[in-house]
Amino acid sequence: MNNLSGPVSELLVILRHAPHGSSWLREGLDAALVAAAFGRRVSLLFMGEGVTALCRHQGPGPLGQKGTAATLEMLEMYDIDSLWVEMAALERLGLYTEDLMLPTQPVSSDQLAAMVAAAPLVLTF
Amino acid sequence: MRYAILLLGAPYSSQASHSALRFAQALVARGHRLEAVFFYHDGVQNAARLMSPPQDEPHLADVWRRLHAEHSVALLVCIATALRRGLLDEKEAARHGKLGHSVAAPFELTGLGQLIDLGLSCDRLVTFAP
Repeated sequence: MNNLSGPVSELLVILRHAPHGSSWLREGLDAALVAAAFGRRVSLLFMGEGVTALCRHQGPGPLGQKGTAATLEMLEMYDIDSLWVEMAALERLGLYTEDLMLPTQPVSSDQLAAMVAAAPLVLTF
Repeated sequence: MRYAILLLGAPYSSQASHSALRFAQALVARGHRLEAVFFYHDGVQNAARLMSPPQDEPHLADVWRRLHAEHSVALLVCIATALRRGLLDEKEAARHGKLGHSVAAPFELTGLGQLIDLGLSCDRLVTFAP
């Protein structure tokens, strides 16, 4: 598999929900941050509507939710720099990696299967 | 094999809790070891002490308790997620100045770090989501 090099992560967290409207994304990120705080190597994979978490200029949600943009900005502090986005989801939503608030690497459907197979632990939110 | 379960669905709202329970029972029936069930997201509602379903429906919290009593399965509830949803044990209720508590042993409030440890130390972590 090309483009999947780099240090192997112990934990792959897959984020499939949009940042507002439910707590899925926030609670998924919480699991990633805790793992990283305990010294685990973590990768994040944004799939489906989850890629919208990476859109720039997001504020807190109108319904008293904090949103997740501030958390995403902290990922670097936690040494989480292995960020992946599902290519098909970007295309479906008309987004480009340049539109995203953090540097990410696109993943094709084939690579996706390999990523999941290679990760010792996968948590899907 | 050593298994752990991650349950993300609320009881009675979706099939997730029922499926997780049936999977848990099948595991122990086959002689596998189920170390723990970790309740996260809306799954924490499974720990509600005051859960009172109609008598002709399975009492999910009681079935979890039985699994703990008969097979020493740890019942771990994410503390941050539980507090937000009004699920507090006696200690947390006292700390937050609340009358009464809504979580009791054998359910334990614990941190997310336990989930990561379980996932990395067990042979399989199986997630049940709504």
